[in-house]
Amino acid sequence: MDPVTAMLYIVPAGIVIVIFRMVPIASAFLLSFFDVKMGRIRGFVGLAQYARLLQDPTFWSSLGTTGYYVLGVVPISLFLSLFAAVLLNKKIRGLGFYRTVYFLPVVTSLVAVSMVWKWIFHPRLGLLNYAIQSLGGSPLLWLEEPRGVFQMLAETAGWGWWPDWLAGPSLALIAVIVVAVWRGIGYNIVIFLAGLQNIPEQYYEAARIDGANGRQVFWRITWPLLSPTTFYVLLSTTIVSFQVFTQIYLMTGPPVGGPMGTTKVIVYYLFEKGFDAGGNMGYASAVALILFAIILTLTLIQRRVVERRVYY
Amino acid sequence: MSAEATLASHDDSSYRASRAAGRAGIYAALWFGVILMIVPFLWMISTSLKSPIEILSFPPTWIPTGHFVQEADGSWEEVYVVSENEAGGTVVVTSVDGAGERTVDAEQVVDRVRLRFGNYLEAWRQAPFGRYYFNTIFVTLFVVAGVLVTSSLAAYAFARMKFWGRENLFVLFLSMMMVPQPVYIVPSYIILVKLGMVDTYQALIIPWIAHIFSIFLLRQHFRTIPNDLYDAAIIDGCSRLGFLWRIVLPLSKAVLVAVVIFTIVGTWNSFLWPLVMTNSPEVRPLQVGLARFSQEQGTNHELMMAAATFSVAPLIIAYFFAQKQIIQSLATSGLKS
Repeated sequence: MDPVTAMLYIVPAGIVIVIFRMVPIASAFLLSFFDVKMGRIRGFVGLAQYARLLQDPTFWSSLGTTGYYVLGVVPISLFLSLFAAVLLNKKIRGLGFYRTVYFLPVVTSLVAVSMVWKWIFHPRLGLLNYAIQSLGGSPLLWLEEPRGVFQMLAETAGWGWWPDWLAGPSLALIAVIVVAVWRGIGYNIVIFLAGLQNIPEQYYEAARIDGANGRQVFWRITWPLLSPTTFYVLLSTTIVSFQVFTQIYLMTGPPVGGPMGTTKVIVYYLFEKGFDAGGNMGYASAVALILFAIILTLTLIQRRVVERRVYY
Repeated sequence: MSAEATLASHDDSSYRASRAAGRAGIYAALWFGVILMIVPFLWMISTSLKSPIEILSFPPTWIPTGHFVQEADGSWEEVYVVSENEAGGTVVVTSVDGAGERTVDAEQVVDRVRLRFGNYLEAWRQAPFGRYYFNTIFVTLFVVAGVLVTSSLAAYAFARMKFWGRENLFVLFLSMMMVPQPVYIVPSYIILVKLGMVDTYQALIIPWIAHIFSIFLLRQHFRTIPNDLYDAAIIDGCSRLGFLWRIVLPLSKAVLVAVVIFTIVGTWNSFLWPLVMTNSPEVRPLQVGLARFSQEQGTNHELMMAAATFSVAPLIIAYFFAQKQIIQSLATSGLKS
């Protein structure tokens, strides 16, 4: 086949991919070695941006905040969606109904969803604080509370002093985590359900004949055969969680990333450096590349492990 | 199917009872989940139909309610209750348009369901939502059309033409998928500035008309179409492009529908990219307009919830008509953000 003809078919997509993916990705890499202000390159600085970045306490705290977020979203979402999928995989009447409802938030825009939840978390008029008060609790400043949750628990228990490094994620970050779990759970349920339905029925029948109980069946059959699916859900949720931005931007602010910077995640930090504060794009690119390194590592692990442990 | 494993021979009544209890537990858990999923939407709609006064009422009400007082001529006037005097059984009310306060007997005030659809008009009027809607639909249509054309052509070449470097080029394309958007957004902005495209529709459309995952998906499908079909068509005088158009695409409807669905959902809901790439209302899409509206409105929660409702409504309505396809498409596309 004549390669020129083939190229004519690839060019419409190829030109866009080259200009808006390959060139920007290569530029992000190059830009991270240059000092850029307001879109103007002012000189080559080598690894200086990275050196500065690693000494920037805001970078480390944004990385830590992102870490808290990922550690909150991933296990909770995984556990709840697996739990729901296992229930839905039993002979349930109205499976379609439950799946439809759980998936509904996935279709909605994160902007609208964030606005609705911000209103639910409203300190005085919010639905959540109303529910807490009707159950006899005291209202919480969900999105305005800068204290860490561990610190809050300790103070409730009577400890007056608490070291900063043990304070834990702020309550505002917990609120953002709740929204992320709520929005993403339906997607993971659908993936888990597909995985569960791929497990051959004979295995369950054999186990039943051998007299296995529910717990044994889950741990000896369902869980191992579901492990590639679980691993996929684990890593894809982690990868997406590292890129959290919209909820932070809409729910915690002004100033965004509040209270007291406790919800400033890495993509918001990147956004702020690159577009808000004077457009220091070289520095923002260095942040982007560190994020990329993290996500690339996760993606490669995912490829490796999923390839090696395919049970289907 | 059933993972709850038990010996089938057990059918004494205590076993049956525990099994029934287990079933009830499952349904209770599933319904608890349903409530958690639905309540935010119900609360959004409920709030969007309330008066500014009712927003402030605590405990909150679920069904928007209005207070009405009967006039001398028998007509009902809607009022707000300003203050209550419990001892005298009288209340001070003001008319909804704020025309003046007066005191009436508490018994004269009647509560009735009152849905203020006017909030939707008010929200729509307070920001150029008509424009935002148009922009989103316009951009979405072009992105969908672009993705369909560029992906089918490229997938066709990758699936059915042999040329030097084909696999390497394809892998190079695929590797671009691994790079998350925050990485390339800063240099993309610079490129769009250089091309003079910032704050135009082009910035929202052109970078998105090539979708690598769609190319991948279509290529996988195109490869399943037998070669004999191709040979027969060529002998009958069909051109290569004609074969794609007349035979391959009609045979790929299901995959094309999936591509269309995840392109629509992704484009309609995208936020970070248009936030960075647009700054004037003429091209600003709905999501960015909604975000701005929410930051400007501050306390008018009923208007914010009305705007949120009409922003999510099109996709939710579409979802109820085509949930099966939408769930499948989004699940296969791996679209998660």
